[in-house]
Amino acid sequence: MTVAPPHPSSRSTVKSLLRLWPYVRPARWKLIGSTAATLAATVSGLVVPLVIQKVIDGPIAHRDGSALWPMALAVLGLGVAEAVFFWLRRTLTSRSMARVEAAIRRRLYTHLQEQPVAFHDKWQSGQLLSRASNDVSLIRMFLNFMLIFLIVNAATFGIGIGVLLVKQWLLGLIVLASSLPMLIFMIIFEQKYRVATRRSQDQAGDLATVVEESILGIRILKAFGRHRAMERRFSTLARELRGTELYKIRLLAVMWSGMILVPEATIAVLMVLGVHMVSSGTMTTGALVSFFSIVMYLRWPVLSMGFLLAGANDTAAAADRVFEVLDSENSVTDPEKPALPASRAANGADAGGLLRVEGVRFRHPDAPEGTPDLLRGIDLEVRPGETVALVGATGSGKTTLTSLVPRLYDVTGGGITLDGTDVRDLTRSQLRELVSVAFEEPILFSASVRENVILGYQQGTDAEVRRALKVAQAEFVLDLPWGLDTRIGEQGLNLSGGQRQRLALARAVVARPRFLVLDDPLSALDVHTEALVEEALRHVLATTTALVVAHRPSTVMLADRVALLEDGRITAVGTHSDLLASSAAYRHLLSSADLGGSRNEEREAVK
Amino acid sequence: MTTRGPEQASTVDDADGPDDPFALQELPEEQSAPRAGWRGISPESAHADDALDNEEEDGAEALDAAALSTTDADERARNSRALLRLLIGPYRWKVAVCVLLAVLEQVAMQAGPLLIGLAIDSALPSLRHGDGTPLLWMAGLYLLCGAATAGSKALFLRTSGRVSQGMLLTLRQKIFDHAQSLSLDFHEHYTSGRLISRATGDVDTLRQLMDEGLDGLVTTFLSFAFILVILFTQDWQLALIVIAGVVPMWFTTRWFRRRSRFLQRKIRTAVAMIIVQFVETMNGIRAVQAFRREPRNLEIFDELNDRTARLNGDSMITLARYTPALKLIGNTTVAVVLVVGAFRVAGGGLELGVLASFLLYIRRLYDPLDQLAMFLNAYQQAGAALEKVADLLARRPDVPEPEAEAVRALPAASGTGREIAFRDVEFHYTPEVPVLPSFELTIPAGQTVAVVGATGAGKSTLVKLLARFYDPSGGHVRLDGVDLRELPNAELRRNVSMITQESFLFSGSVADNIGLGKPDATREQIEEAARAIGAYDFIAAMPEGFDTDVRKRGGRLSAGQRQLVAFARALLADPAVLVLDEATSSLDIPSERAVQHALRTVLADRTAVIIAHRLSTVQIADRVLVMEAGRVVEDGTPQELIAGTGRFSDLHRAWEESLV
Repeated sequence: MTVAPPHPSSRSTVKSLLRLWPYVRPARWKLIGSTAATLAATVSGLVVPLVIQKVIDGPIAHRDGSALWPMALAVLGLGVAEAVFFWLRRTLTSRSMARVEAAIRRRLYTHLQEQPVAFHDKWQSGQLLSRASNDVSLIRMFLNFMLIFLIVNAATFGIGIGVLLVKQWLLGLIVLASSLPMLIFMIIFEQKYRVATRRSQDQAGDLATVVEESILGIRILKAFGRHRAMERRFSTLARELRGTELYKIRLLAVMWSGMILVPEATIAVLMVLGVHMVSSGTMTTGALVSFFSIVMYLRWPVLSMGFLLAGANDTAAAADRVFEVLDSENSVTDPEKPALPASRAANGADAGGLLRVEGVRFRHPDAPEGTPDLLRGIDLEVRPGETVALVGATGSGKTTLTSLVPRLYDVTGGGITLDGTDVRDLTRSQLRELVSVAFEEPILFSASVRENVILGYQQGTDAEVRRALKVAQAEFVLDLPWGLDTRIGEQGLNLSGGQRQRLALARAVVARPRFLVLDDPLSALDVHTEALVEEALRHVLATTTALVVAHRPSTVMLADRVALLEDGRITAVGTHSDLLASSAAYRHLLSSADLGGSRNEEREAVK
Repeated sequence: MTTRGPEQASTVDDADGPDDPFALQELPEEQSAPRAGWRGISPESAHADDALDNEEEDGAEALDAAALSTTDADERARNSRALLRLLIGPYRWKVAVCVLLAVLEQVAMQAGPLLIGLAIDSALPSLRHGDGTPLLWMAGLYLLCGAATAGSKALFLRTSGRVSQGMLLTLRQKIFDHAQSLSLDFHEHYTSGRLISRATGDVDTLRQLMDEGLDGLVTTFLSFAFILVILFTQDWQLALIVIAGVVPMWFTTRWFRRRSRFLQRKIRTAVAMIIVQFVETMNGIRAVQAFRREPRNLEIFDELNDRTARLNGDSMITLARYTPALKLIGNTTVAVVLVVGAFRVAGGGLELGVLASFLLYIRRLYDPLDQLAMFLNAYQQAGAALEKVADLLARRPDVPEPEAEAVRALPAASGTGREIAFRDVEFHYTPEVPVLPSFELTIPAGQTVAVVGATGAGKSTLVKLLARFYDPSGGHVRLDGVDLRELPNAELRRNVSMITQESFLFSGSVADNIGLGKPDATREQIEEAARAIGAYDFIAAMPEGFDTDVRKRGGRLSAGQRQLVAFARALLADPAVLVLDEATSSLDIPSERAVQHALRTVLADRTAVIIAHRLSTVQIADRVLVMEAGRVVEDGTPQELIAGTGRFSDLHRAWEESLV
């Protein structure tokens, strides 16, 4: 049901995190500055107990009031310094880490927009979404907070132990020795936790997928009263996710108790030894107090290692998920040396418009082995200015063939040329400027009517938009409350199917492309509107090379010639009446004799 | 509906009281941005101008704003707190256990320095006198405390983990169920991206709060209380100094909470907008690529993304001011305690050991403050998210299930469909624009009725009322004499099925998708339904037949094939009333022929309403209604109407001519 991508579990946490470097690089000085500030803050925090020890051993023990003041001021000064360093630490990274997050998210978005349709067929959008939102924010939180603390706490621990060693080498060595069991502990924990965290993130992505589907398919769920079933499916996934999270928590619980127990046991040992040393005179009381106060100070950095490590694991898994998407190779790329569209390159004249499909074969990249190609050697020529209708049974590959022209997919054999230039020798941008498509199922965006019509053709003027709307008989939008500025909502749901289809047609013609590919563009229109659209469309088609997928005789009538697609090949080309006369398959597909009334049958009989 | 310009937008501050200087100084930077941008104007955004909204975000969140126009920020906060209480409710005993465990953990942990102080003050002198037992006692006790801390911490984590995961599960299910139960009207305005963001991103903030917060909060407060108690028992005068330090901390915290809440609200909105943009791009990727929309999309995305980054930056800067402020106050207190303590030790009023352990404690008092700040931040974030979720959950379905006592049973099925009656039905989305001004219609059981008419004539509305996607604004829609509003949803859906022009497929196999019509259907029944509608052959020819995964949203099936699957699904449901809303538009002629052939048998013993712009479908109808501007203008058998001189006759002639 859900496609879980392969686990690259072999990659280590550090390696995964290092891959983030290019995004972190612009902020590296701030990150270093922030780490330095944190260290400085830690050092000032660490020095305070030393000064306090001096105060206790010196002025207080000697009842020396005059010596007290400068030392108290020193304590205050260090306190202020600690606060200032704290402020610096956060202030330095606050903005830049937010920008790092934005940069990663932007990279993902750009990459996904670039990916061919085949990629999007394969990936569930909920999975993509959870990577672009949750995983990326996780990365920011780690960089902004945890990473610094991971470094600083490790450093604090190191420095602290150094200070302890200098003050009292024996006791210091004991503290140092205690870190060994903790290290082993952390390594074991890390391995288990890593797997669990990846699983929970994948499950969260699956959950997002179900949410998305259930919302996009709400009409059907409601119409069949099936939302309970969907709720059960959601509930099952949500419970699985909870199970994984609880497992993570159990791991964490073990981790925490270990991280508490080892240092506490060490302190108990230190206590016995330390007091012995004071009583035997090898150490002063003040030295012991300050020793303990440093040990206490180190308790938090040690404890925090547990959840910082967990955070590092979460982030590494999140980074893996992000890079899994970013690593996917784009199979539909721009050529290194793009050709210039032929006719324009030749003499500047704009006379071109020859579309040639030669020996085109196509199969979906993940089609099971042993199944035949969907398209098996298509040959078709559409001459400049000509309109060819493509007729074939449901599922024969007509739509697929049309998506090959603007390279939504790439052919797996043969080639498609525009004025002699292979579509793969043009940049996608050039190509899609030359070719416009009207999809049968129009996708509208939550944006104004104008934005929906022009889409990528941003230089489009209102006059051009109006012209396109006129061609598509979609001028009803001008009567909407705010005219072209009216937002047509989510997927244009508040427009009828016919209205949406007309807008999609307007979209295809607005930029006056040289090649037009129309996928059953009038299927949702009523007879009256269809006639009007056809009339207006004829003017456009007169000067445009067009390939039109047709299910109906009325649409076929727009074309100069008709091509019949059967079993992945073009089996017949000719005018509508030629094919009606010569091809039984064509008659089967397009003769609406038993659909229409008696008059039609009469007409057939006359022919 | 009146068009209001951006200049009329009022500037009601929705988050902060006027006593928050930061909010007023820094935030309204984008206020003057033009409203009528690429997103266009929607009724909601136009309306929201009168209510509140000082944000550039326009309609995407304006619906939220409009819905909240009568409430205020306090109420929003109240709603989110009420939701939190509701979520915690079932776990109150576990929460109590958590608090107990946290107390235990704190007792055990805070005893540490005390024991060290004792070791220095009492065990050390005994040792000097040759008695090592007290020291060993202290060390043993210390170890015991350590074990108790570790044990209670582990138990606490597991218990609180169960609580928080349970709450998250409940919240996720609540959002999901609620979204499913809300009417289509709601779904048509609350974009799917925003709903997705509520169910994923917003819930995720709560998860973060639970993961890091609950733990930190309890620990922080308890350790605070504990240390204060210990400090007071050790020396109340020094303890008073510590208390004095808490006062400025409290004020700082208040400032932080307000500022942070304000920012977090904006962040949740901004994040939702990114998700909307993301989801729309990915779902419309074909159109995006074919029409070279990528650069423009990136422009829009950049704007949203940068805004979120800026707000996130603002929020972290706020935290960057708050934490050191706490630190500063804490450190100053330490210095003051040191000086005062030193004088008192010098004067003989205080033990040296007491001062030493006092100073140790104070440091521990302030250590978790950083954590407290993080918690508060997470809390504000979750609070803002919960507000949005609570608002969503507060929406009542416009098409509610009937109350148990209002439920009426349908008469036993006659086997020939059911009678449909529209009585005085009036329907409008906005009162000024009635879609159906006054509609009267009776369809006897077993009749097949075709409804034709131009776009906007009210055909689809008729169908939506019949399927109870909406309730009429006035009058009644009755099924065998029972008002649809008195029928439980499950009962209604068993009796009325609908095939629409959009044929969304869910991920899963073809069989799963057909089986949606009848959850307990056997494979034979599923295949039978497919065969009846002429879909069997193409499905069987697919790589894995009926088990073939349709892939994401059925990208692999052609539009016509998807429509056939939708037909099979509806047939399998075997309803008494079947509604076809332009359901054959993508079919080619042979498929349509097969479908019509099947329909002749299938519709024989049920009531059917067919909306069609292709008159071919009308051929199988017993009766044709021609609608115009929400009224029936012609009503009769197809033969009668064709023979007549009305609109249908014209349409029919035009259509026949188009067939050649």
